[in-house]
Amino acid sequence: MDDRAAADLDELESRTIYILREAFFSVAPLCMLWSMGKDSTALLWMARKAFLGKVPFPVALLDTGMELPEVYRFRDEIGAAWDLDLRNEVCPPESGVDQTLPPGARAAARKTAGLRALIAREQYRGIIVGIRRDEQAIRAKERVFSRRARDGGWDVKGQPPELWDVFVSEIEDGMHLRIHPLLDWTEVDIWRYIKRESIPVVPLYFARDGRRYRSLGEKNITFPIESSAATLDEIIAELETTRAPERAGRSMDHETESAFELLRLGGYM
Amino acid sequence: MTRIVAAGHVDHGKSTIIARLLHDTGSLPDGKVDELQRASASRGVPFEWSFALDALQSERDQAVTVETTQMLLHLPQRDVLLIDAPGHREFLRNMVTGASSADAAMIVVDAAQGVAEQTLRHALFLQLLGITQAIVVVNKMDLAGYAREPFEAIRHEMAERLRSLNVRAGAFVPAVGRDGDNLLTRSSKMSWYDGKTVAEALAELRAPVPQKSAELRVMVQGVLRRGQSRTIVGRVTSGVLKEGLDVSLWPSGRTAKIARIERWPDRGGDATVRAGAPVAFAIDEPYYVERGDIVSGTSGGPALVSRLRVRLLWLAGYALRPGQHLRLKVGTRTAHVELLSIERAIDVQTLRERPEGEAAHGDVIDATFRSREVIAVDDFATSPALGRFILLDGTDIVGGGTIQPETIVERTPANVVAVDHLLDRDSRAWRNGHRGAVVWLTGLPASGKSTIAMSVERRLFEKGYQVYVLDGDNMRSGLCSDLTFSHSDRSENIRRVAEVAALFADAGFIVIAAFISPYRKDRDDARRAAGERFYEVHVAADVATCERRDPKGHYRKARAGEILNFSGVSDVYEEPEAPELTLDTAAQPLEESVATLLRFVEDTLAISARHGAPA
Repeated sequence: MDDRAAADLDELESRTIYILREAFFSVAPLCMLWSMGKDSTALLWMARKAFLGKVPFPVALLDTGMELPEVYRFRDEIGAAWDLDLRNEVCPPESGVDQTLPPGARAAARKTAGLRALIAREQYRGIIVGIRRDEQAIRAKERVFSRRARDGGWDVKGQPPELWDVFVSEIEDGMHLRIHPLLDWTEVDIWRYIKRESIPVVPLYFARDGRRYRSLGEKNITFPIESSAATLDEIIAELETTRAPERAGRSMDHETESAFELLRLGGYM
Repeated sequence: MTRIVAAGHVDHGKSTIIARLLHDTGSLPDGKVDELQRASASRGVPFEWSFALDALQSERDQAVTVETTQMLLHLPQRDVLLIDAPGHREFLRNMVTGASSADAAMIVVDAAQGVAEQTLRHALFLQLLGITQAIVVVNKMDLAGYAREPFEAIRHEMAERLRSLNVRAGAFVPAVGRDGDNLLTRSSKMSWYDGKTVAEALAELRAPVPQKSAELRVMVQGVLRRGQSRTIVGRVTSGVLKEGLDVSLWPSGRTAKIARIERWPDRGGDATVRAGAPVAFAIDEPYYVERGDIVSGTSGGPALVSRLRVRLLWLAGYALRPGQHLRLKVGTRTAHVELLSIERAIDVQTLRERPEGEAAHGDVIDATFRSREVIAVDDFATSPALGRFILLDGTDIVGGGTIQPETIVERTPANVVAVDHLLDRDSRAWRNGHRGAVVWLTGLPASGKSTIAMSVERRLFEKGYQVYVLDGDNMRSGLCSDLTFSHSDRSENIRRVAEVAALFADAGFIVIAAFISPYRKDRDDARRAAGERFYEVHVAADVATCERRDPKGHYRKARAGEILNFSGVSDVYEEPEAPELTLDTAAQPLEESVATLLRFVEDTLAISARHGAPA
């Protein structure tokens, strides 16, 4: 890694730690979502750094029961090794969501419903989410401290201003904040950071028999890509040259032009 | 990574230039162009580059950027982050959001339409948000016949404008965003131009270097408690922090040593934390440190102020007026503030100064705030992170801006330092923004004491002062209800009033005592009780004038012998010999006396930049 890339990682990490501390010291009760994917695992690592080894808030999983077995194994191992306060939120069954939705959107709707139930029960005022701007054009329009209405909805056209790194943590009762400490990171930044910090990840990211998962989601709607990248260095090299979009293997994004926007307006991450 | 915001008038082609740059540099993912083609076709419009950024359905349907977007641009020279910000005035809040996170700007001007008001407005906002460098792209040169003259005219005008705002213009580039002319490669259609391409000009913009050499500032985010240990966590915004360093803590002014710097995981090596980085540390003294505090070196610390001179952008839908109470958040500190005055407000629609005293949505305003708490600040130019702020009204952000150097005349006074948890007079004074005092109004019955006291109380209260009126009504009904109007009881009444007033003044209040208090000796005793915080004000009107007013009919009753020992009629009134102030209520209207007393109180008791620290 050249000096500029190392300096960029330092800068990204510094801002993420700053945001995590702002969230912890100004929003309560607070919780973080962990999908067991590379991004939120890297974010958990930075939360340990920010708070000197121990994540000081609960870590919630929105469990559809449809993750791959390797993912559940990773959850149990890391949860114990990192001494996390894990909350496994079982999402309502598929039969409970709008049956007219396409299959990808139905899984997302289950997670959205699970998150809504979790917030209603625990009265969380802040949810830390590891999304990045470069994943998806709609996510690129997010704020760092992003308000959600009582129903969890995102008023993307009525977002209040956000100036510099001075965040507004005050909200009315019944609303909550989505806090996004990873917005500035790109996919390859995350991998470079995972390598530099030796952060463990689910082994499914590494190629076996010419295929690997570039993005992890429910097993019925997420598919591995063709790849021979079997090490961190090979993944980084692959991402430095590829122009294939990261979420190409996630069917929920592509069912219609507005599919992802509608999911997010409804409260999806 | 340099972060560059695109600004300019709506429809001058910002999103198109960005999208075309993204495409031509291979920064767009596969399949994106196909998606844009489908999105364009479904709306019955020709291929629309801007849909790459305008991803919201409503943005595509209405062909306007609503919300700011950021995208990584892989230039041949280096990567930069491009921030697309809406040009439409309705989405000002989104424009400033995008611009506030940028290091530099790309200002887009339509070659055929020229420099629009909105272009200038954006330039003004950029400067307000702290951006000091920009490039200018003169777009849609095809509509100007690819000719040199219109380009030069725009270049000349923009260069002038940017110079007046202290924004450095790196390059002026004629271009056609839609066709890619002069974006990545030089266009054959404008062979007269031999300057940089847009890509070359963008690659030369640099993020400001973190201020390692500047004075140390650490913004305290909070304190982590684990068992008996207390770890202060925050961010070094300038300078360098190391173990063993002597530091000052603000606003308490105490000094301590950095006992240790904590890191996780601890990989050993040099425990030095530089500007921009997060930090966790402990100090060698058991001082109370909290979120919002500032750590500096033992010299060159921030200014402690209770008045702030600022330049701000007003974003609320309602007009801003003096007297407005808001919260001001600077760094991690939130203070309660009140707007004292608007020095100047620019209506950015017309770019003209507003007549007086009021400011509306979108205005750029020079103003003075008083803060209830003493806060540690720097001016923006010295320390950006501690020199910029947002304004909150309830849960809404209603503005943001920068602290102006005029604020900093109020340098850290030595006497606010280290009071060891005992609140002294000065601490209260700093919090209130004024000193506690007894303003003693003496004068004949019906000379105007009560009317003046009530008016001044109300006006001071509205200005944020802690103020309270003591008069016959509230004293005689309780504390002094056992007293008559005999000479000795009148003296005892004044003695009790004087003691109560002195206590109020100790508690930080400005007490306005309105009593006839006819005997010089009693008033001198009252002065002794309050010490140097006593101000005698003679409300002067002759007996004839007072008797003519006689609102309660007391003079008539005194003349008729129905009231005994009535000052000025059947008892003496000893005029003050050397009052601090005389209000001639016989010669001038009461309103004028009220104004005179208000000015006296503000000039004498307010803690302001003009008067410096309390004695």
